[in-house]
Amino acid sequence: MSATETSALAASATAAAPPPPRRAFTGRVTQGNVLRSEWTKLWSLRSTRWSLLFAVVAMAGLGVLIAAVSMNRWSHLSPHEQATFDSIDRSLGGYHLAQLAIGVLGVLVISGEYSTGMIRSSLMAVPRRLPVLWAKIAVFASVTFVSMLASAFVAFFAAQAILTEHHVNVTLGHPHALRTLVGTVLFMTVTGVLCVALGTIIRSTAGAIATFAGLLFVLPGIVDILPSEIGNSINPYLPSNAGGAIAKAVPDAHTLSPWGGFALYCAYTVVLLAIAAYLLVRRDA
Amino acid sequence: MVEHRTPYGDGVIDVRGVSKRYGEKVAVDDLTFSVAPGVVTGFLGPNGAGKSTTMRLILGLDAPTSGTVRVNGCAYRDLSAPLHEIGAMLEAHAIHTGRSAYNHLLALAQTHGIPRSRVEEVIELVGLREVARKRVGSFSLGMGQRLGVAAALLGDPATVILDEPANGLDPEGIHWIRNLLKNLAAEGRTVFLSSHLMSEMAQTADHLIVIGRGRLIADTSVAEFVRRASSDANVRVRSPRAPELRETLIRREVAVHGIDEGLLEVGGLSGEQIGEIALAAGIVISELTPQRVSLEEAFMSLTGESVEYHASAAVAEEQESEPQGRENVRAPA
Repeated sequence: MSATETSALAASATAAAPPPPRRAFTGRVTQGNVLRSEWTKLWSLRSTRWSLLFAVVAMAGLGVLIAAVSMNRWSHLSPHEQATFDSIDRSLGGYHLAQLAIGVLGVLVISGEYSTGMIRSSLMAVPRRLPVLWAKIAVFASVTFVSMLASAFVAFFAAQAILTEHHVNVTLGHPHALRTLVGTVLFMTVTGVLCVALGTIIRSTAGAIATFAGLLFVLPGIVDILPSEIGNSINPYLPSNAGGAIAKAVPDAHTLSPWGGFALYCAYTVVLLAIAAYLLVRRDA
Repeated sequence: MVEHRTPYGDGVIDVRGVSKRYGEKVAVDDLTFSVAPGVVTGFLGPNGAGKSTTMRLILGLDAPTSGTVRVNGCAYRDLSAPLHEIGAMLEAHAIHTGRSAYNHLLALAQTHGIPRSRVEEVIELVGLREVARKRVGSFSLGMGQRLGVAAALLGDPATVILDEPANGLDPEGIHWIRNLLKNLAAEGRTVFLSSHLMSEMAQTADHLIVIGRGRLIADTSVAEFVRRASSDANVRVRSPRAPELRETLIRREVAVHGIDEGLLEVGGLSGEQIGEIALAAGIVISELTPQRVSLEEAFMSLTGESVEYHASAAVAEEQESEPQGRENVRAPA
């Protein structure tokens, strides 16, 4: 059969066939629907489950380990160390490590879509684009907040139970305990959001993770080696120090107030998020 | 959300004066065409002609430098339920390799509130049931292609866009794609299908949009396309008095080749004209056949000048717009 005959047949078949019965699909793209979709996306990846498991173990376990080691070595601590022993910070010390996992996962939530091409499927389904970003942030921030809050409580109570050995334990009723605990979790959550923004802006996983690490872990080290008069005036405004202020029971010298610092950290995140939103809408996918 | 649908053109997809530049490179240059409803339209062009770019522009993934694109009278971005109107499979698989086929489709379905039963249905339809729970990263090219088709059909759209669906498939996969296209057409869906191989189009397309170097070369029905290309084709003439006929024809200053005993091939005259000449000379003709140019040949002659990279330049230019894996040129069917 020649090519023309085939296409003529196809044409006549097309003309004769009735239009297919349309399904009763009446759904539209709504923010709620996109939230469900992002929930599925988050949990259907192995990397998510492993990163979250790592963060939970680090957050819940490291503080307890530090408390146990401290009690074991208590008699070797100097009197000054014993006097300034901060039972709240020690119990929540796992957040430094957990935050790394949360940040990496935050980047992957979006950069993983760019590296695999999935972003095109996502944006074809949700062509207005922004609902995807908001849904990713809402889902990831809630998962981070809930899992880290639970882990932080476990760490706090378990560590305090261990610290009773030398009677340095505190209760949740301690003036700074609850604020520090919830503040630590909020700091980590906002870090997660900041990393989603970085991933959206930079698109490459490696680039975004490097930026995240540079911003939070390298920058303070660089400022530390500046002359102290300059360093001290910059230090409080660094993202890590501003955000970290709320995660410390007793503020360091040269830091912002817990909530003031946290507000500044949120402001940094909002600025990055605005850039991310602008670029997501404007750039070719 | 209120949709503003304006009567724009006759087509399901209307591309109007669209250009797209990536830095210095002009990928699409003042392109205008429409995709008519209810038929299979082939989108043809050599590698690097701008087919994939045009499809990304239609789907709102890239923004045109100038011009407008409308889908059902609407900018793609303004569609409130795009998956119900237009399903697409892009050439580079837009799938997260760490997710299972089922979860990939489920996540897409959920954006539109499409039920899980439909996800199961399209998985069944493309024959991926056995591997639906496996990670997409472990899929073969053909399985990935099937998953792409499943995603395109998820919202049961009236229009389906497929970018190089048969590319890189084994013969069985190509057979499957052809049957699928026939079924989609038989169901009355609008299909817009790109390829760099004419022979693929011959199987299913009714209409052709041909581009080269980002410019429109032809916008025509398949039959017209072949007819036009065949207009200056040779005519085979069989006659018991072939040598005499040959002498008569040569006097007209036309090209005549003797092929076999009693068989001539004549260029430059139509079959009608040859018949009249033979009648006037009183020569009996037992066969008069215009030599049809194959679609592949027609395509080659039309796009010959607009092939961006010829074989010698292909390696150096490989990084250009068309991704890897497209250079595998198959012999015409």
